[in-house]
Amino acid sequence: MSASIALAVPRAAAPRTYWAGVRRRLGRDKVTLVCGTILLLMLLAIILAPSIAPHPPFQGSMLRRLKPIGFPGYPLGTDELGRDMLTRLIYGGRLSWIIGITPVAIGFFVGGLLGVTAGFVGGGVNMLIMRVTDVFYAFPSVLLAVAISGALGSGVSNAILALTLVFIPPIIRVSESVTTGVRNLDYVEAARSSGASALTIVRVHVLPNVLGPIFVYATGLISVSMILASGLSFLGLGTKPPEPEWGLMLNTLRSAIYTQPVVSVLPGVCIFVTSICFNLLSDGLRTAMDVRN
Amino acid sequence: MLLYLLRRVLYAVPIALSVSLVCFMLVHIAPGDPINAIVPPDAPADVVEQVRKAYGLDKPLPVQFAIWLGHVVTGDLGRSLATGRQIWPDLASALVNTLILAVVAATMGFVGGCLLGCLAASFIGTWVDRAAVGVAVAGVSVPHYWLGMVLVIIFSVTLNWLPAMGSGPDGSGAFGLDWAHLRHLVLPALTLCVIPMGIVTRAVRGIVAEILNQDFITTLRGKGLRRPGVLLHVIKNAAPNTLAVMGLQLGYLMGGSILVETVFSWPGTGFLLNNAIFQRDIPVLQATILVLAMFFVVLNLGVDLLQTAIDPRIRRA
Repeated sequence: MSASIALAVPRAAAPRTYWAGVRRRLGRDKVTLVCGTILLLMLLAIILAPSIAPHPPFQGSMLRRLKPIGFPGYPLGTDELGRDMLTRLIYGGRLSWIIGITPVAIGFFVGGLLGVTAGFVGGGVNMLIMRVTDVFYAFPSVLLAVAISGALGSGVSNAILALTLVFIPPIIRVSESVTTGVRNLDYVEAARSSGASALTIVRVHVLPNVLGPIFVYATGLISVSMILASGLSFLGLGTKPPEPEWGLMLNTLRSAIYTQPVVSVLPGVCIFVTSICFNLLSDGLRTAMDVRN
Repeated sequence: MLLYLLRRVLYAVPIALSVSLVCFMLVHIAPGDPINAIVPPDAPADVVEQVRKAYGLDKPLPVQFAIWLGHVVTGDLGRSLATGRQIWPDLASALVNTLILAVVAATMGFVGGCLLGCLAASFIGTWVDRAAVGVAVAGVSVPHYWLGMVLVIIFSVTLNWLPAMGSGPDGSGAFGLDWAHLRHLVLPALTLCVIPMGIVTRAVRGIVAEILNQDFITTLRGKGLRRPGVLLHVIKNAAPNTLAVMGLQLGYLMGGSILVETVFSWPGTGFLLNNAIFQRDIPVLQATILVLAMFFVVLNLGVDLLQTAIDPRIRRA
């Protein structure tokens, strides 16, 4: 409720300067800028993986298994099958990012649609959507993800499906409460009484005011989603070897913690850095967009 | 008040029913005919039909659900496909182990989180605040299964201070209250406590900062009340919301310890789940998820009722 008001006030007062203000505040926020830059560089690296990776990702050698960091030609050492760690980390980011971000992206659209519908239409529709949401809320998120992907069996698409089902309910809840708040504001009432159709009201008055808070909330979920996505692979529920993926690499390197401890934790460092950057980026966006939840 | 209690308890019933429906459906969203998990693929057709009848898999889904629910309510969670044993005894001992781990980790996380949160709120905007918030963000962003590995590398592999896996010296699942057992608990609990610590720190910081901003605190200070006295008022006002956050976190720990239990081979529900997933032992998966989810439902109910009981401002009708 307060979120929508906070958003509405600066817009109403100075309609052209809201996004300029957001940009200015983001530009001054050093932490957010650094995190955004790190994430952009990572994204660039995983997109350009075939051209920047120093070695082929699947080619191993029994002769150079588990070499330390700084081994000639292998700056981050090699894994338990003698494959170049740097190459595998770059390639591994592809699946980790896809399994981590896709569920939140789908959840943003599906959960947002359902939540805004529930909040705007109200009544029985609201009842139906929110009570179903309550049921999924009754599961701890990790448990729900493991349960669904455990029942469906391992695989990238099953992991994505399981995580999507985990993230839709919280996004529905947030969208519903934000929309309910906006729906009862005077300007919506004014639009309605001047004869605007429901669709127009949603498009012109509701969506511009609720999308920001929903978006900020969804970006905050990416951090958890990355951890859970790699966690599913860590349990053997995501992708299968020899496909590089950070969680799976962490799992297969567990046997190497006695011989090459530093190399074996590198995939986890990647997950950690990605997750913390998304978290801080989301916090920065929240502050810059003046969303209070 | 009584009416509210009654309504809140009654509201938990449809939730619990729906949760069990979701758990029941887990078997049926699994790819392939559930019968394939029971009979070998080369079994003759009439044997398959016989087994289908024996397991009640020939009946329509709603009837199957009713029968299954009847069994569950009377305490019969079925048999494991992998071992043929009753699920309940194994699940019960695993549940105890998970509960021990979750309660210890939660306690550590709550104490740490409250301290950091209060510290941050008292020195809001200073470097103390930023440091506490930094720790909190790191706590919620760290992949805890990785943190477990790092702790094992530091404290087990390098320093050789603490054991890396299991819950006791003899490899048995039983737990004891001596150092030989407790030292097995240190690393998993430390790993698991960072998430609730991070979340509680953030929550307590917000709650306490808001209270410190209110007029009655200024009044209390103005009339000359010393710091400990003011603190007492702050705690009294912050307790209900803080407890609500903590209650949920305990539930998340019960369900979320699967990854940490896998890293440390801790013989709890997570370990059970992990084995069930690998052996495609869907009844065990289903029973474990059901019991953990029910625990979460009951915990939610308990937190709500407790919050209502200790906060006179909540007058729910």
